[in-house]
Amino acid sequence: MTTDTAPLVQLDDVSKYYGNIRALEGVSLEVRAGEITCVLGDNGAGKSTLIKIVAGLHRHDAGTFRVEGEEVSLANPRDALDRGIATVYQDLAVVPLMPVWRNFFLGSEPTKGKGPLKRLDTGLMRTTTREALLRMGIDLRDVDQPIGTLSGGERQCVAIARAVHFGAKVLVLDEPTAALGVKQSGVVLKYVAAARDQGLGVVLITHNPHHAFLVGDRFVLLKRGVMAASHTKDSVTLDELTRQMAGGSELDDLRHELERPAGP
Amino acid sequence: MSATAPPAGGDGVDHVDERLLRTTPLKKLLARPELGSVVGAIAVFAFFAVVADSFLRPASLGTVLYAASTLGIMAVPVALLMIGGEFDLSAGVLVTSSALVSSMFSYQMTANVWVGVGVSLLVTLAVGAFNGFMLTRTKLPSFIITLGTFLMLTGLNLGLTKLIAGTVSTKSIADMEGFPSAHSVFASTLTVGGVELKVTILWWLGLVAVATWILLRTRFGNWIFAVGGGADAARAVGVPVYRTKIGLYMGVAFCAWIAGQHLLFSFDVVQSGEGVGNELIYIIAAVIGGCLITGGYGSAIGSAVGALIFGMTSKGIVYAEWNPDWFKFFLGAMLLLATLLNAWIRKRVEATK
Repeated sequence: MTTDTAPLVQLDDVSKYYGNIRALEGVSLEVRAGEITCVLGDNGAGKSTLIKIVAGLHRHDAGTFRVEGEEVSLANPRDALDRGIATVYQDLAVVPLMPVWRNFFLGSEPTKGKGPLKRLDTGLMRTTTREALLRMGIDLRDVDQPIGTLSGGERQCVAIARAVHFGAKVLVLDEPTAALGVKQSGVVLKYVAAARDQGLGVVLITHNPHHAFLVGDRFVLLKRGVMAASHTKDSVTLDELTRQMAGGSELDDLRHELERPAGP
Repeated sequence: MSATAPPAGGDGVDHVDERLLRTTPLKKLLARPELGSVVGAIAVFAFFAVVADSFLRPASLGTVLYAASTLGIMAVPVALLMIGGEFDLSAGVLVTSSALVSSMFSYQMTANVWVGVGVSLLVTLAVGAFNGFMLTRTKLPSFIITLGTFLMLTGLNLGLTKLIAGTVSTKSIADMEGFPSAHSVFASTLTVGGVELKVTILWWLGLVAVATWILLRTRFGNWIFAVGGGADAARAVGVPVYRTKIGLYMGVAFCAWIAGQHLLFSFDVVQSGEGVGNELIYIIAAVIGGCLITGGYGSAIGSAVGALIFGMTSKGIVYAEWNPDWFKFFLGAMLLLATLLNAWIRKRVEATK
């Protein structure tokens, strides 16, 4: 990995307040092309706030946010998209009743013809969808099936393939494996790695350190709105990551408490 | 691409490779939104062909199609709106409003009736835009917004007509300038192969064709499915959800204008109390035609088949010389059957987790 170029996304000491609530304070992270940066944290740790800042839904209140070296304050999701930051939300990915190819191009449909004959280029849409999915390693027999008939993991993959196809440089994935089983999670992680191998920078939000450690190059741990730790892959072990993620000594206390009533 | 993809985990669907789903041609056919209604239409047709001798006469065909067309003209945009996830309870009285505005404007201004027709178009579209604007601004359910418009229009129709014309119906505009040409556009009768067909049938078929084109072959059509099937997902990928919905309400208004002008020019006077209750019949036609009441699924052709079922049933009962009271029973049973079929389809299509 080259480290002499500016990171695709770099957050320095970023904070966000909602009124008198400190949602996020002093968080720093960087995302480089061809690398996966994992953001780990429990519920309420500030993961969603962080994602909303990167995705352009909220502006940060303090610190600096750089995209390819240029300092920005994103006004809306369109602004983020124009800068190559695509966000795949866990629930907002697709319209279940619509065919895969219509979902793939939703909002950016290619047309042909002029005036009243201006129409969707359905042939192009179908073949492009099939090819883009194939490039990600997803072999759909029928792109006409409603996307709701795909499994949760496959739908995530279609959403990822869509972001890659539309020229995203940075892919923000909000808990892509949260609602999935073990095998489905594996499939999704494989496609996340495929996106990385195509040269994208990936921000992977998750609360599963095992998934994060499998694919991550950098790890940022959030706890109660502040950054609890920041590691690179070679400076941390899975055990250590899991321990920090689970709350370290808090987990030991919990184990103690839980053991007592379970005794003989 | 891994050759040893794991078998599907816990999603209950039987497949060889989790990335390959099996579908049979039969299942594909069953997934067409119109299928249930086409089967229903054939059944209704066969039923009345057997029990009513006069049902199969060419003249009866013209009558049935006319009944279907006056309803079908409105069922098309109402179906599109329903696919877009919304209702319009004001659609029925809006037809009457449109006719009243056209008639009274021409009469009071002593203008060419085409002037009234044009003013009526503007006023009707404005009502549609109002519905859409209120919906997207307030984010209240469309049921409430259009119920409000429905009541207001019902009151305005009666109140303004009495205020201006002095009675509950408008004055005849049959002797006014432009009436013959307007009559031929909106309410003439064509004879095709000895069968008398009303021009509304052409309007109806034209609208079905245009709506089908819009739904399946344009960006706007893609957006209609998207805002009805998942407005948040649509917004997240850049679909102009509000503009799409306002456009759909204006589509309803445009068709209400066509239906309203037909109403005016076929009788040359308009009763101001008409139209109440029709909005539900449009919705019924759309639902029988396979539109999901929750949005995101349906077709314009389905709404036409729904309207045809309505036309055949309402006239078939007359030809069979039954008490017309039975009509509502038929309609209700048809609606229930259609909705059950739709629910089953949706469950199949959305079976995911």
